[in-house]
Amino acid sequence: MYSPQIILEAALNGLMTGAVYALIALGLTLIYGVLHIINFAHGALLTCAMFAVWIAWAWLGMDPYLAILPLVPLMFVLGYGLQRFVIGPASHGDDGNILLVTLGLSIVLENLLLAVFQSDTRTLDTDYSFQVVALGPLLLSYPRLIGLGVAVVVTGLLWLVLNRTDTGKAIRAVAKEKLGANLVGIDVPHVYAVTFGLGCACLAVAAGLLMPTFYVNPRIGGAFVLVAFTVVVLGGMGSLPGALLGGLFIGVVESLCGLFLGDSLGQIGIFLIFIAVLLVRPTGLFGAKA
Amino acid sequence: MTARDLIPIAVLTLLAALLPLVVTSSPVLNFLVFMLIVALGAQGWNILGGFGGQFSFGHAAFFGTGAYVTAILQLRYGVNAWAGLVLAVAAGAAVGWVIGFLSFRSGLRGSYFALVTLAFAEVFRILANAASFTGGAAGLLIKLDVHPANLQFADRAVFYWLVLALVAAVLLLTRWIQRSRFGAQLVAVRENEDAAKALGVNSLTVKLRAIALSGGVTALSGCLYAQYFLYIDANIAYGSWISVELLLAPIIGGVGTVFGPVVGALTLHGLGEVAKQFAGRIPGIDLIVFGGVLVLAVAFARGGILGLLERLRDRGRGMVTRGPKEVSHAGR
Repeated sequence: MYSPQIILEAALNGLMTGAVYALIALGLTLIYGVLHIINFAHGALLTCAMFAVWIAWAWLGMDPYLAILPLVPLMFVLGYGLQRFVIGPASHGDDGNILLVTLGLSIVLENLLLAVFQSDTRTLDTDYSFQVVALGPLLLSYPRLIGLGVAVVVTGLLWLVLNRTDTGKAIRAVAKEKLGANLVGIDVPHVYAVTFGLGCACLAVAAGLLMPTFYVNPRIGGAFVLVAFTVVVLGGMGSLPGALLGGLFIGVVESLCGLFLGDSLGQIGIFLIFIAVLLVRPTGLFGAKA
Repeated sequence: MTARDLIPIAVLTLLAALLPLVVTSSPVLNFLVFMLIVALGAQGWNILGGFGGQFSFGHAAFFGTGAYVTAILQLRYGVNAWAGLVLAVAAGAAVGWVIGFLSFRSGLRGSYFALVTLAFAEVFRILANAASFTGGAAGLLIKLDVHPANLQFADRAVFYWLVLALVAAVLLLTRWIQRSRFGAQLVAVRENEDAAKALGVNSLTVKLRAIALSGGVTALSGCLYAQYFLYIDANIAYGSWISVELLLAPIIGGVGTVFGPVVGALTLHGLGEVAKQFAGRIPGIDLIVFGGVLVLAVAFARGGILGLLERLRDRGRGMVTRGPKEVSHAGR
């Protein structure tokens, strides 16, 4: 049997991986909450951000954490542009169309990356990639611990933006009542694009936190996007605290399933939870009404 | 069904059947067979997604089931390949019914249904990749034993005709669905489920029938894939690539139309080949084209290629341009 220490360590490691899941899901849930769309391109956009971090490190010698700073505005602009000039106009405001357009975008982005970078897997190494922090008898990975901290801070910042700024107020207004928001003079397409941009900016942070311990190849986004969907559905579509807690929970589940079932079956726990939540309570644990 | 319904299907099938007499190069025949297999699976998707309006993002669940059932029955139990084909279709229909029962009963629609199908396909992929029964990550190799009884033919053209015949059969099935009471109920559920229910349509039964049919047809295409290429693994059979292919073809060709999936598969793979010729060995170039075409189709041609043609024809006759919604009703 497994000693309690191994299980506890696996759970804590999962908690820290889950923090990054939470960040990815945060962007997804924000976009869902306001635009009421499922952004299938989220995974491909994450892959783009991860490649950007890798390029900053490989070509410019930039630390992955430092690379987050210029990458956040870059991803924001990319997301803003995509929603404003591609997804919005192409989908004529129909939900099914948005699903298809973002699917098309993800196929294009993924394969552009494949065309440019080939299918090779790339890693970057830093001095701290394998550093550990001792917490009593437990050894915790230093970069993952940073990931957990940053994820919590970013969730907090996002919450502040949404609740304490005029832009945030506009975003919440559009999420609640699009027509009404339009009537009081809010530029709805602009707010949509800003929201999409914010969702993509979260990906920039997630990419910077992932790269010190993870690898990147053009297909990597797909692995994250399904997990992120699970987190979003579990936490309730559109709920920020739901995404954070859901992400942490899924991280722990994945880690423990991996421990007990082996790596190849590890992810199955996630999908079973996903299906079960969709079937039993599609509004999620923290979601409002459907 | 009237003669007007049957003639276009018969003529096109006959024309396509003459192709191997002209074209004898193996790569071209391989391409045609693969394209027809995709078209067949896409026809399956179209029954549920096109007529029923339930967009599945995980039709790989059926494609893979067809492929694995036929391979496992032959390899592990020595079942005849033709019997395997029939059982594969039955298994696909059963899987469709179960997934449908679980998700439609919970009232999942739209994006939620798309997500749950995606998740089911992923679960199957992970299981098939891990279990030794399905050959695990190494996959399954069907023994090369060329004999008509084994559904393996020395001449590629024979397999081409077989797939073509099945595509034609599903074209007829789709046309029949379109003309039948069941088809009308299915379209009613797509357009407005609550209104359909109010008129006495049992929407759950209708959707379950559609997903079982859809699963069966797509499983058939998976079975043919396994039988033609004689090798499958979890990432081929249950991979997301096939879910995407099966959904792209009808949407590009004309969603909810009889010929849409075939036209779409032909167009996409034709374009993909052209792109490969021009761009040389850049990996993924055909998929970049697919994705681009999808975005363009949604943006500018919501009825797909067939919808676009119809609008052009109407415009040529000086009629008022039909809106995209009406085009999808026209049911070509």
